[in-house]
Amino acid sequence: MVRKALVIAALCAATFNSYPVFANDDIDALKRQLATMKQNYETRLYALEIGLKQAQLKANLANVKSNQVEKAMVEAKSNSPRSTQNSFNPAISLILDGRYASYSNNPDDYALAGFALGEEAGLDQSGFSVGESEITLSSTIDDKFYGQMTLAFSDEGVEVEEIFFQTLGLSDGLTVKGGRFFSGIGYLNQQHAHAWEFADAPLIYRGLFGNQLSNDGLQVTYLMPTDTFFQVGGEVGNGTNYPSSGSNSGVGSWSVFTNIGDDIGIESSWQLGLSHWEANHIKGRESQYLGDSFAFDGDGEINGLSFVYKWAPRGNPKNRNFMLQYEYFQRDEKGVVASDLFSSSYRGEQSGWYTQAIYQFSPVWRTGLRFDRLSSDNSGNDLMALNTVGLLDNGHHPERLSAMLEWIPSEFSRIRLQANHDNSTKKSDNQLLLQYTFSLGSHGAHQY
Amino acid sequence: MMIKQLHKTFFTLTFLLTLSQSLLANDQINLFACEPEWAAIAHELGGDRLNTYSATTSEQDPHHIQPRPSLISHARRADILACTGAELEAGWLPVLLRKAGNSKILAGQPGYFMAADHVLLLGKPSILDRSLGDVHADGNPHFHTDPYRLQQVARALTETLASVDAIHADEYRKNLSVFISRMNQAIVRWTLQAKPLLGKTVIAHHKNWLYLENWLGLEEVGMLEPKSGIPPTSMHLSKVLSQMKQTPADMIIYASHQDSHAAHWLSNKTAIPAISLPATVEQGQDIFQWIDHIVDKLTKPLS
Repeated sequence: MVRKALVIAALCAATFNSYPVFANDDIDALKRQLATMKQNYETRLYALEIGLKQAQLKANLANVKSNQVEKAMVEAKSNSPRSTQNSFNPAISLILDGRYASYSNNPDDYALAGFALGEEAGLDQSGFSVGESEITLSSTIDDKFYGQMTLAFSDEGVEVEEIFFQTLGLSDGLTVKGGRFFSGIGYLNQQHAHAWEFADAPLIYRGLFGNQLSNDGLQVTYLMPTDTFFQVGGEVGNGTNYPSSGSNSGVGSWSVFTNIGDDIGIESSWQLGLSHWEANHIKGRESQYLGDSFAFDGDGEINGLSFVYKWAPRGNPKNRNFMLQYEYFQRDEKGVVASDLFSSSYRGEQSGWYTQAIYQFSPVWRTGLRFDRLSSDNSGNDLMALNTVGLLDNGHHPERLSAMLEWIPSEFSRIRLQANHDNSTKKSDNQLLLQYTFSLGSHGAHQY
Repeated sequence: MMIKQLHKTFFTLTFLLTLSQSLLANDQINLFACEPEWAAIAHELGGDRLNTYSATTSEQDPHHIQPRPSLISHARRADILACTGAELEAGWLPVLLRKAGNSKILAGQPGYFMAADHVLLLGKPSILDRSLGDVHADGNPHFHTDPYRLQQVARALTETLASVDAIHADEYRKNLSVFISRMNQAIVRWTLQAKPLLGKTVIAHHKNWLYLENWLGLEEVGMLEPKSGIPPTSMHLSKVLSQMKQTPADMIIYASHQDSHAAHWLSNKTAIPAISLPATVEQGQDIFQWIDHIVDKLTKPLS
């Protein structure tokens, strides 16, 4: 070996004269260097191999894990209970709503200047009351239909608030609803009262609809296939629901409406609605004024405009959001107003609006302001009689300012404090309402 | 600025335009994803074949979404609905579907896809009671933070795409195998990078990270929410604070859409780092970049 190296060294020296001749010591050093290099190389190779093995092991583990998960899934699926009759029970959701009310005027004397109030349209009793608690049963019926029933409980008894079927994807964008349901006109009207931002209805809803317009009949809506939300709809009803009245063998009332809406960027969204309602054979519509009842026969039509704007920082309404809402309605009626004591021709022109702003400033706190204003220009051949039943406003425009503060500990509970300065008549009323609303049972879905 | 935009929106809203829009032939498949992660996976699988729309962003809490008009109009034109399921969208999806009147994306149809139907859920409550907060009967629905489950969802979604758009089934399946192997490689990378996280303890705002913790070996020792879905209360936070003073956790994590006050309050009091993580794929990211981002953010305080 040494000799060989020496020979090579000699050869090298012979070939390249300048090449140095190796001494024995130098060769040893070279050998050591070589050995170290080899060792280093091997160590690095080993490290690489280890790394590779680790990666492989991890990948294997991953595979095993995913296989296990898949296996467990299959097991979980086969273990899930077989469908029993009960699993097809409709979803049940219960709303508990109660309130404490305090008024500076006697709530029984409540009236709205220039408007005849329907049965339910007065104020809640003062003191404690159980408000409008309701129970909703709902379910898909089959692949084509959905059904829902909402019963409202109050001191007057149980009332069928809504009971309807609705088609599910009948055809592209077309939906048919039938039964008793809240009419699609306006914005607040389709929402259940417990979803409203204030404890009571806007004055114009109280004055025209007896708080909310219900329809017994059919509704057809069509959603245009556009980027912008564009819905048109129409309804026919039997005309027994306030502000219509009387039995009709055919169509007693009808309405058309359209809603358009979209986003503005990711933080804002809006919706604009137009609606028209008409009833041409209103018979014996009962109204109350300070304990006296009277009736209206004739025709009526209502036009409405609604606008909603919502904002949430970065589009996330959970922690903070703002909402601005405006609705305007106008009604024309022509016919006869009569009681046991009088009978007068009647022409009513009534209108009103409200606007409200709601600000949620923390995940659990919300506050809001609302302003209502109505006006009317009613006439008839016996103005004295119309005046005795409150249909003449005598120059007074009903107004109301409301403020509320809500505590929302979770999405299932809400405590609300509301104050109204109410000028429905010339004698202003200060109202204080403390309301609780609890949602039990199946997870209620919210509308826009 | 906003008024200008509003005007613009009104102008674009002419009847003619809407008609011409509806007449425009479009052979793309419209996919309506409830959350960005499913839009991102669908994009991996379908590319330009799909016109994907995400109903929510990473800045929103998918529990609390309003069925806005724009969501309804998008759902109305969807061929496929891809959502999480497991009641995550219970507060808004049912209304959306009823209002959209679109038969293609109703339950039982080929275009109805719920990711939760295809993975094993953890954290299934043994007691169903709302006093425990907003519990999900089927289990924790935030499983998209586990890449293995993402692979399972991708496999199932591929079959949905293949059945709705059968002509391009092969393309979807080919893209799936590319996605799966890319994911496998990425998982090795993430697992190695996240090695220092093994056994580290965390306090989470909400149970968003259960699957991520399971995957990376993090241990959850507390929650900022007193009960699932109930916003943090000062009473609960002071309890967590005293717990942290005794045995401090390694980090506090919260989703970027969650109220950061509680996390920062606790972080200031204890010097435990509070880390904001994107709850899902952010605008302009793909699913790999999102998990890269999460792993980076989690390992950064340790390096």
